[in-house]
Amino acid sequence: MDNQEPLLRMVDIEKSFPGVRALKKVNFTVNYGEVHALVGENGAGKSTLMKCLIGIYKPNGGEICFENKKIENYTTAEALDFGISMIHQELSPVLYRPIMENLWLGREPLNKFGLVDHQKMYEKSLEVLKEIDLQEDPRTLMVNLSVAKMQMVEIAKAISYNAKLIIMDEPSSALTEHEEKKLFEIIHRLKNKGTSIIYISHRLQEIVSICDRVTVFRDGENVGTEEISKLTLDQIIAMMIGRPMTEMYPKVKAELGDVLLDVRHLSHRKFFRNISFQVRAGEVLGISGLVGAGRTQLIETIFGMRPKSEGEIYVRGKKVEINTPQEAIGLGMGFLTEDRRATGVFAVLGVDTNIAIPNYDRFLNSLKLVDQRAVDQGCADFVNKIQIKTPSLKQAIQHLSGGNQQKVLLARWLMTEPDILFLDEPTRGIDVGAKAEIYKLISALANQGKSIIMVSSELPEILGMADRILVMHEGRMTGIIENTAEVTQDLIMHYATGTVDDFADMELMGEVHG
Amino acid sequence: MDKKQFNFQNMISKYGIVAVLILMIVGMSIVKPSFRTITNFLNILTQSSIYGILALGMTLVIISKGIDLSVGSILAMSAVVAASLGQTSTATSRLFPNLPELPVIVPILGALAIGTLCGVINGGLIAFTGIPAFIATLGMTTIARGFAYIYTNGKPVSTLIPGFRFIGQGNFLGVPMPVVIYLVMILITWVLLNNTRFGKHVYAVGGNINAAEVSGVNVKKMLLLIYTYMGLLAGISGVVATARMVSAQPGLAVGYELTAIASTTIGGTSHSGGIGTIWGAVVGALVLSVMRNGMTILGIHSYWQQIVEGLVIIVAVILDMRKNARKA
Repeated sequence: MDNQEPLLRMVDIEKSFPGVRALKKVNFTVNYGEVHALVGENGAGKSTLMKCLIGIYKPNGGEICFENKKIENYTTAEALDFGISMIHQELSPVLYRPIMENLWLGREPLNKFGLVDHQKMYEKSLEVLKEIDLQEDPRTLMVNLSVAKMQMVEIAKAISYNAKLIIMDEPSSALTEHEEKKLFEIIHRLKNKGTSIIYISHRLQEIVSICDRVTVFRDGENVGTEEISKLTLDQIIAMMIGRPMTEMYPKVKAELGDVLLDVRHLSHRKFFRNISFQVRAGEVLGISGLVGAGRTQLIETIFGMRPKSEGEIYVRGKKVEINTPQEAIGLGMGFLTEDRRATGVFAVLGVDTNIAIPNYDRFLNSLKLVDQRAVDQGCADFVNKIQIKTPSLKQAIQHLSGGNQQKVLLARWLMTEPDILFLDEPTRGIDVGAKAEIYKLISALANQGKSIIMVSSELPEILGMADRILVMHEGRMTGIIENTAEVTQDLIMHYATGTVDDFADMELMGEVHG
Repeated sequence: MDKKQFNFQNMISKYGIVAVLILMIVGMSIVKPSFRTITNFLNILTQSSIYGILALGMTLVIISKGIDLSVGSILAMSAVVAASLGQTSTATSRLFPNLPELPVIVPILGALAIGTLCGVINGGLIAFTGIPAFIATLGMTTIARGFAYIYTNGKPVSTLIPGFRFIGQGNFLGVPMPVVIYLVMILITWVLLNNTRFGKHVYAVGGNINAAEVSGVNVKKMLLLIYTYMGLLAGISGVVATARMVSAQPGLAVGYELTAIASTTIGGTSHSGGIGTIWGAVVGALVLSVMRNGMTILGIHSYWQQIVEGLVIIVAVILDMRKNARKA
């Protein structure tokens, strides 16, 4: 047998969907014991290739060799048998079942009567959870775990197959720093054991630190595979977008106007307490913090999605009570939610409907009926203005790339002409090119005199876009800092982990009063 | 700490509806002494056995995020088949005049086979054509009913062999046979759902069909089996119903699918899939039959009983949703 033969060899893989050629004669190899990064903009074909590999899709052409054997026409279950497992990008737990049943789903240990052996399942789960250092009772329902822990369970599951090749599709996107470190340790250990890993991520820094080789995808083609040490970050980005990356953060300081939003001592029964800040017209306020710090809950409370327990909100200097999102919208607020799929898009509806849905009031004719021509015109304007790539206005939004979906949602809120716009993780899961365009939009909006409040877990994004940064730690505000050139990621992390706390005294006072 | 919380939540979801059941029983016992007799309790259990058995299968179906509207019709179809194979040789209007008198096991197996076949068709349609369960079983509802009418020429099938009388009215250690059959089916279905791979995969299919798929669960096969089991249980209910009345007619059990769905729902099984227990289905069925029995004893008109039943179902689901909302 030839020792040079890689573990996996995919040759001339073709995959087409109605109207789209998703993979164009793609060649891809993974060596034994290698951590191989797969990068590319969303829609470039990475996930499609992986779904072909794991047996979810059947390729239209080409061949796959695994351990020197040709494999074809197999199901996911058979792929697992071959020794290929996958951590899926979309979290896929069975929510109302225990951790242990999720871990062993499809291969539950049985006793001699052919019934499920719960005791054995429990013990095996303890071992697996110990391996990834997750301290949870295996009988805990998945729904009671944080998103990060759910993701760790997914990782544990993929590892427990003892696969020769593990595909990790954006495994770290939901993890906190501690768990991310744990993940890298695990990857290291697996690699030393000779396991190969395909690592898909948008976080290029991460890739540089843990991967051996990188393959870049663009428009359904493999545009290059290279030792990671031979490339710079800029070179990788240039390969991904097909042109050199000029300016990632097109931040222009806008003229600051009046205070549009003034939040005083806002508290939520469960998620945060005593938060105060002001945002001026033309200002971008970044909200930073670790997962679970209460950032999303804070802006959701201001927007009327959650009841506040204490505090006051002033809009344009006037005290307001906001109990529902409708009232918030009425006050000139807009909210781009974190989870596009769950709370953003209407997947099967057209781009036009997705943009127009909160805005139909402005498209009524004299009989109070919707004037579809005006709707089309209004939507078309936005599609052109912010360059949404869609074959038509009627295209179902689910067929657009993540970046374009996000632009549609931005258009939705731009059409309502809000003065105060909340953005929750505005660039999560979208590719570098689209990110830059979203940043450009944010900058343009600030320049028009809008107040932008942006929650983000990506520190470069916060540092690149915000005028001021509010940092939260476990439901408390630990700092609100002017974003100058001296502010570093390290400094923000100190605030986010609570090691630096500008408001520690106030907290004490608050407790005395409380 | 987490374990404690887990158990506490379980307690609330398990015992909330039981408290309602106990309150109803205690309340009725105080108001009407005639309610709290052994005979009446056995009567309640016997009454709940037929749709109670349906509710067991319906629990599996609903946990898998499906629905089966056809069980009432399948029950009727199985019942008339059982009756037609179980008429005495002296019966005045025999459906098959030349058929010899058969041992009771033959009509029973006939009914189970018919029920299972209908279930296979339901499950096959849902799994392999991808049409929604609601539509597939809606179609089966009228098809099975139609066949039942054609099969019997629209007439009742009566004068059955004594074996049926034992199943319908006999008892085992003082417990009426329908209740015995119900208890056995509870036990079997409980083990099936909690202690077999099949059961775990029912939860997985309903809780997250994609997770099931990528974990190597054969989702199509699961759907086929779930509706097949439902069909089998409808067949068993058909036998019990036939035996209870010692006859069967094609218009039998209209609306039983709704009672079964109601029992399951009252018992806390979620229509959004992935959540539900056999225990809940049993308690749900009991709540309905205690309520019916109690209202009848109190002299409440059956028209009003229907309205109360509808309200109870709605309230039960509202409470259930609150419970789940608290968790989130």
